[in-house]
Amino acid sequence: MLYRGCPLLGSLSLNEKRNLHRFKLRVLSLTQSINRPMGVALTRSAQWTAAGYETGTLEITPLNESILNEITKFMESFIHKYPQEAKFVFVEPLEWETNLEPSAFESGYIVSETAVKSEEVDKDGEPLLLLSVPQIKVRSFGQLSQLLSIAKDNKLQETQACIEANRDPIVKILGSDYVELKEDSTTVTILDNITKDNELHIKRKIAILLKQLDLHLLNHSLKHISLEIHLNPARFKKDIELLKRYSGKGEQTVLESIEYTSEYEFSNGCRAPPWRQIQGEVCYVLVKPHDVETLCITCSAEGVFLNGGKTEEEGEINYERQGEIYKDLVTCLKDKSPVFSENMSKHEIRFIEEQPKDQQVFEKPKIEEVESPATDSEKSKTQKNQINFGKSHMTKRLEPSLKWRATVDYKGHKSSVKDSQEEKQGKIEKSTASVSSGRTQLLRKGGEKVEETASESSSESEEDEEPPDHRQEANADLPSEYWQIQKLVKYLKGGNQTATVIALCSMKDFNLAQETCQLAIRDVGGLEVLINLLDTDEVKCKIGSLKILKEISHNPQIRRNIVDLGGLPIMVNILDSPHKILKCLAAETIANVAKFKRAQRAVRQHGGITKLVALLDCGQNSTELTQPSLYETRDVEVARCGALALWSCSKSHSNKEAIRKAGGIPLLARLLKTSHEDMLIPVVGTLQECASEENYRAAIKAERIIENLVKNLNSENEQLQEHCAMAIYQCAEDEETRDLVRLHGGLKPLASLLNNTDNKERLAAVTGAIWKCSISKENVVKFREYKAIETLVGLLTDQPEEVLVNVVGALGECCQEYENRVIVRRCGGIQPLVNLLVGINQALLVNVTKAVGACAVEPDSMAMLEKWFVPSLVV
Amino acid sequence: MEQRALKKLVESISKTVKTFKKNEVESLIRLYYSFVEKPSGKLTNARMDCNTFRGILHNIFGMTDDMLMDRVFFVFDKDSDNHISVQEWVEGLSVFLRGTFEEKTNFCFEVYYLNGDGYISREKIFDMLKNSLSQQFPEEENDEGIRELVDISMKKMDHDNDGKISFADFEKAVKKDRLLLEIFGPCLPDAKNCLHFEALVFRNNMTTSF
Repeated sequence: MLYRGCPLLGSLSLNEKRNLHRFKLRVLSLTQSINRPMGVALTRSAQWTAAGYETGTLEITPLNESILNEITKFMESFIHKYPQEAKFVFVEPLEWETNLEPSAFESGYIVSETAVKSEEVDKDGEPLLLLSVPQIKVRSFGQLSQLLSIAKDNKLQETQACIEANRDPIVKILGSDYVELKEDSTTVTILDNITKDNELHIKRKIAILLKQLDLHLLNHSLKHISLEIHLNPARFKKDIELLKRYSGKGEQTVLESIEYTSEYEFSNGCRAPPWRQIQGEVCYVLVKPHDVETLCITCSAEGVFLNGGKTEEEGEINYERQGEIYKDLVTCLKDKSPVFSENMSKHEIRFIEEQPKDQQVFEKPKIEEVESPATDSEKSKTQKNQINFGKSHMTKRLEPSLKWRATVDYKGHKSSVKDSQEEKQGKIEKSTASVSSGRTQLLRKGGEKVEETASESSSESEEDEEPPDHRQEANADLPSEYWQIQKLVKYLKGGNQTATVIALCSMKDFNLAQETCQLAIRDVGGLEVLINLLDTDEVKCKIGSLKILKEISHNPQIRRNIVDLGGLPIMVNILDSPHKILKCLAAETIANVAKFKRAQRAVRQHGGITKLVALLDCGQNSTELTQPSLYETRDVEVARCGALALWSCSKSHSNKEAIRKAGGIPLLARLLKTSHEDMLIPVVGTLQECASEENYRAAIKAERIIENLVKNLNSENEQLQEHCAMAIYQCAEDEETRDLVRLHGGLKPLASLLNNTDNKERLAAVTGAIWKCSISKENVVKFREYKAIETLVGLLTDQPEEVLVNVVGALGECCQEYENRVIVRRCGGIQPLVNLLVGINQALLVNVTKAVGACAVEPDSMAMLEKWFVPSLVV
Repeated sequence: MEQRALKKLVESISKTVKTFKKNEVESLIRLYYSFVEKPSGKLTNARMDCNTFRGILHNIFGMTDDMLMDRVFFVFDKDSDNHISVQEWVEGLSVFLRGTFEEKTNFCFEVYYLNGDGYISREKIFDMLKNSLSQQFPEEENDEGIRELVDISMKKMDHDNDGKISFADFEKAVKKDRLLLEIFGPCLPDAKNCLHFEALVFRNNMTTSF
């Protein structure tokens, strides 16, 4: 690229690059420029060029290039973005030496051999662009934009030349009087002027635009500069010391010798003389590689490069740079000495290990080098590395969590494979199982292999798919909670009991329902610590830890992590604790964690079901020795937590059996007599899950549970109503049970719950219960009495399939009787029934055909059916 | 000790300490004298000093922190005569073993503020927490960590934001979260040790009284 005269921009960014000090200056100038509209980055920088700038051959640095690029982009688009301002005529033209040939100019210009004039003129008739080779004068942004589009590939050169030649473009564009005016004008006078003077208005606008550009440039260069701060004296010192250790005579060393040129170290860690430190230079080293002549190398904040060498007689160093800039000493030497490069790769691993902890930041790029030992001789590559360097610097802090992540991901993957295998087994089993009554009833064959064939009574089956791990993106902005939690985990790890309790209490104050906090705890390695605490003897630590685990285990990912870390067996053991509060917390946490099969199985395999069932008995059996403690809780609470955990676990056949064998049913039946909703929901929930088992249905009848289920249908709590209805649905296949429901007055509440259709889950459960109950003729009579049939017909449209299956099933049962068939027909039930025939849900179709078939017995209905049914069959 | 004098002592102490039954008080008194018994056999003037008491805290109640044991001693020693009298012994143990939550809150607060101005200051907290981080932290980091722990606990406890913890602050925080009761270090025996102690002392009492 062509290099010109005194490159303002080049010097600007080179100076900037040199060290952090300059960087600060830059920021200072930024604040100044905010105060004055004049503070365009370019003009400000002119002041700095005076400070120790040497005229040498300077290449375009990446920063310079990007600044130029930004300016060029801004100028090019100016004419489109701000057409009005583009016409504004500069007070003085911007002048520079151009490389453009007159022939490049086309329409809109008057072209002669050595001169070009724009057709666009100002109000005095002067052209806005005037080229007389090689001088060019431009007087508007519009012309600048056009010029850049004419310059095509040479845009950057032209911009550079323009900026170099016009040190104070703002003064030229807006005039010095405007600048002075602005210096001390207040907002009020500006406003005054704006209203009075249109030209000032445009000037003002341009000033603002330029200031925006200025800020943009400053921001832009900030990004660049921040990538470069890494080269500091300490870094060089460490590098040189390490290299020294691997230097000496012999084939295996990386270098013959490496020495500073000066023994004196300034307090800032630099060895370069102060007047060179201004240039950002840190120290100079004499390096004797095995294969080439002694190299004299300058280490500066900007990078590492060969200098002119040390003169023999005076011992003076020729500071002039010879050749390119490398990003660090090792890269430089690798390029200069093949032997170094070779030996270094042998030592590399050790070298990296030797890097002290605080140098960790630099590890990553080094590893990259090992992987691609080809030294970057091209400068652009080096720069690319530098940028990587910066990035790794920024992301490095997240490293611990990333490492941790890798291991857990692996585990999670393994288990997911296992689970999916199990699911497959389950599916095969299911497909061979006979389908009865719309609800999958599975043939049970006992034995471990088929045990996990869940009975589908679970509403949580979707939980069984491994959820995608929403790990936080490493680069995403981490919330402040992350760092606070990280600190707390540090105290959990390194503190004694007292510090641990403080940290736990403080962690509890975070919003643990929030996913960010949940994942933060995991990502900083908090889960392991929390689980480890459960294994200690410290009651307070266990309480604190469980309180946190209980909250964060609402998150499906955390649940899996807890299981992966072996948390369940420990919590199961805590169920035996003499402290009731610990029993409660452990059971509640298990309830949250055991939402998927692997966890449910783990609870059983570690003897958890028996212990949880024992919790249901808490307080009834007072022979147990209870200890006086400050952290106690009521027996009812213990039983409730036990029921909660059992509810979660009751999703698999083996667990249901285990609960029954542990004597859970009578205990659940007893708890069902209480009136606490908190208690009733998990108890009925468990019963409802388990009622898919024949054994349970018999036991439920025997334990007189139906009575209480019916009673709770009248509760205010929708969830409780839903579970009760669901349990009745499950049990009412049995004739005796259906009669019990009627005898205890359960049909009326069921019929009245039909009128509330907002809660679809509950509606599905209620319609299901009605369907099963209506298998008994006596019950149908009651339902007719309660006008349930009319309501059911109304539910034939606009309901989800789960509801429809049950509604149609119920109507099918009802339509066995003449009276009800009449009602269905009268209410207009035939058409919607027929419409449902086009569905694809098998269970629904079975019920619909049954219902339609029942209706068809009636001649009147048949007539209607012919009208609706036949066309739909044809379709 | 003479039976009559013992009975009298039991009567007088039982008037103020209601948590223990009379026979339990009696065993505690016996226990007290078994600790302070001197070779000379003179019992009337024998009183428990700090070292003996600390030995009990350490061996029976499993406490380890020297500073906190001293502080517990000072709280037991109501009249600040550097000795625990038999009366103070029984009264102290009644809170220590069977105190209600409120009594224990008072007790812990007294241990932590240690006959100062009735407040727990930042400096006192720092002192109490200064050994709470393991040695793996380098010294500066250790101090910084402890300062941070002090900040965390102040944030939790200092509700009126006056930079120190008053009893009201303490009570409020502890009521909200019982785990905070022994926030600045264990100064109450855990349940297991309590049971153990009571079983040992009071069973002994049964066998001797029959």
